[in-house]
Amino acid sequence: MSILICGFCDIQIIYASGPIWFYGRFGVHCFKEVRGLEQNDLLVMEKINKKFPGVVALKDVHFFLRAGEVHALLGENGAGKSTLIKVLTGVEHMDSGTVLMDGCAISVKSPLEAQKHGISTVYQEVNLCPHLSVAENIYVGREPLKFGRINWKAIVQRAKELLKQFDLDIDVTKQLDYYSVAVQQMIAIARAVDVQAKILILDEPTSSLSNTEVDKLFQIMRMLKERGMGIVFVTHFLDQVYEITDRITVLRNGEYVGTYDTVSLPKVELIGKMIGKEYEELAGVSLSAVQQNTGKKYLRLEDAGSANIAHISLCFKKGEVTGFSGLLGSGRSEIARLLFGADKMTSGKAFIEEKEVHIADPLDAICHDIAFCSENRKKEGIIGDLTIRENIIIALQAKRGLGKAISYNEAQKIAEKFIEELAIKTPSADQKIKNLSGGNQQKVLLARWLATEPELLILDEPTRGIDIGAKAEIQKIVMKLAKDGMSCVFISSEMEEMLRCCSKMFVLRDKEVVAELTEDEIKETRIMEYIAGKEVEA
Amino acid sequence: MKKLTNRMEFRPLVSLIIILLVCAVFSGGSFFEISVVEGHLYGRLIDILRNGSRYMILAIGMSMVLATGGTDISVGSVMAISGALACSIVDQRILGGLQGNVFAAIVIALGAGALCGAWNGFLVAKLKVQPIVATMILMTAGRGIAQLIADGKIVTITSDAYYYISGGYILGLPVPLFIAAFMLIFGVLITKKTAFGLAVESIGINADSARLSGIKVERNLWLIYIFCGVCAAIAGMIESAGIKGADCNNCGLMIEMDGILAVAIGGTSLSGGRFSLIASIIGALVVQTITTMILAFGVAPEVIRVFKALIVIVICLAQSPAFVAKVRNIFGKKKVVA
Repeated sequence: MSILICGFCDIQIIYASGPIWFYGRFGVHCFKEVRGLEQNDLLVMEKINKKFPGVVALKDVHFFLRAGEVHALLGENGAGKSTLIKVLTGVEHMDSGTVLMDGCAISVKSPLEAQKHGISTVYQEVNLCPHLSVAENIYVGREPLKFGRINWKAIVQRAKELLKQFDLDIDVTKQLDYYSVAVQQMIAIARAVDVQAKILILDEPTSSLSNTEVDKLFQIMRMLKERGMGIVFVTHFLDQVYEITDRITVLRNGEYVGTYDTVSLPKVELIGKMIGKEYEELAGVSLSAVQQNTGKKYLRLEDAGSANIAHISLCFKKGEVTGFSGLLGSGRSEIARLLFGADKMTSGKAFIEEKEVHIADPLDAICHDIAFCSENRKKEGIIGDLTIRENIIIALQAKRGLGKAISYNEAQKIAEKFIEELAIKTPSADQKIKNLSGGNQQKVLLARWLATEPELLILDEPTRGIDIGAKAEIQKIVMKLAKDGMSCVFISSEMEEMLRCCSKMFVLRDKEVVAELTEDEIKETRIMEYIAGKEVEA
Repeated sequence: MKKLTNRMEFRPLVSLIIILLVCAVFSGGSFFEISVVEGHLYGRLIDILRNGSRYMILAIGMSMVLATGGTDISVGSVMAISGALACSIVDQRILGGLQGNVFAAIVIALGAGALCGAWNGFLVAKLKVQPIVATMILMTAGRGIAQLIADGKIVTITSDAYYYISGGYILGLPVPLFIAAFMLIFGVLITKKTAFGLAVESIGINADSARLSGIKVERNLWLIYIFCGVCAAIAGMIESAGIKGADCNNCGLMIEMDGILAVAIGGTSLSGGRFSLIASIIGALVVQTITTMILAFGVAPEVIRVFKALIVIVICLAQSPAFVAKVRNIFGKKKVVA
């Protein structure tokens, strides 16, 4: 079996055996063989096109998935990964293209149809109902019935058995939001697997999981692979790609770059394919990370505390990138929120340039030239329905006071300046921010804070869930700002990124600062030891 | 051209024009007749503007509340309170020391409206009560308060100065229209000339982000509910001046729904976000035009509500993007294929 495409026009036929010439409505077509369909090709997507207003999201993109493989779908933000998946799952409709499943053309018009075809998806953000019980979440929409009524016993029983396969021994009658995001993610995957899917799509499933949880997930993926399921794995973690996947498809700027066997594609080459020409430029980022400390103290906390953390004494200098490392919940974000007044300071003192200040709420902090990018971009960062321009100027507007509106012209000028400086990919400043990809949204938020001309910039996980290209760009921006004399606080779960960027590091454990490391002392092993709780002799 | 159709005011304006055209055709043009009597303009259109001004004023306050993702269903009761208060003062039933001073009565009624709004704002902004529940308290309690003020009676008044609020004319046009215009200009100025509008929208879209961007969410919510209360108080005085008395049980009854409907027709999402005061004003005119049309055509009283519902359904469908897209698909399929 093969797919044939006419040499004159775009008409396609699926060809088993027989004539190569085909007399159609538009006259004679000359078909040439494009690609042999292999027996175990489960899913074929060919020449998929999708346009959004002002943006070509997908341009002649192909994707082939075999049964029993884990196939990584890679690319930068805005490369078209999400759109391709949305087309496959019926969330978006393609403008043109063919989708074949088991050799039959299918058109998926809604997520429900996708499920009927055996396509199951787990999204990056958990898509379950937080107020229903775990068991209800797993069986909602397909409850086992007994005499026309829901068989609650069976639901609980089956849910328990299902989760046992995942090594999750939890109370399935408890409300879902009782459990951590990681557990919720596993439950979402369990649900997706349980619907007898042929294709499982995992869209960034590991970004909220710890290492052991990722291992567990991989075990399950291997098990499913052996059962003959085709797994599409979207991720930004390249190490995981090499650990689990068989093949890789790379997209760039909405175009198809190629499909490769994972073992035969070295990591460096892969990165090159993902980010294209810019690669060499990005490789230089880490080398240029020379820090210059002006040594001038900017902000100092003395025994400060909020509702979530207590007894914090820290000091930030100008021209320095300070890192907070520690596990989730170790107090990294809590300190950041305390500095910014997002959590009210209930005890202790804060000094800016040795003068005592009272920061009661974010506006106070902004007026004291402090800026803060929350780790939760969607919930506490972007204002989705507003334009890029409005999103950029809003903090500056608040700083100047709501009474003095920034004129349209000035706002446009500011927005255009940052769109150019930070290379935000958008047709215009009038675009709603929610239409941008994650990395570009993050850049807009960065622009929002840079517009206020801060002295202290706090970035909480600024690179979470965005691609390498944007990541490197944001790192580059942060280092440049520090060089220009700004004091930056950088919080990230990625050790490699922290090691590269920070010239000073506070290590946190159980909401306490356990170590302060500078320059040469910043070593991965050392930080890990502190995080783990070993007392190390200096 | 595209810019024009993309504006929020476009669709409600088209709805209004279509309804007016329908009226014109069915009435054979008499709907549009305007005559001059004693230097005042008379006619159905003038009626719409006069009677619609209550809706317009309410819609201005309501737009902002809805844009923050809240609602205020207490406006009808606030109208009753302000009407009862103003009339009782003018009639010297309470606060006799003021000797029925109309100006003082108006100021006190406005203050009462602001106080009601502040109460709503306190519940919503400070105590984080869900807006519909928070304002429901005043919606039910408000009529009781109004009854207490009016001592449980229908207060009838004789005061030409107070009548003037609803029945007066300036340059041949009814006074309420000028009040509405003043409120509109005031509203547009504070939302567009300051960044208050941006703050309102950002609170409605994502209050957490707005707070971290330095917007004082609580304070702004408070101001918005107070403004809405003041708008309701003005509408209440116009209504009581129109019927020359305060009827606590019926003043502004169910008007909150008409107010919300006007804003919805104006295109503001009830879950918060973008709003346009002018679009809401047009929405208010649509609501009033429907009412006037029904009365003008002598629709049988028992079917009035059904008739109104039908028109509202048509307008809402015409504004629903999903519905419009479906219709386009049915009629425009050939185009898509080609």
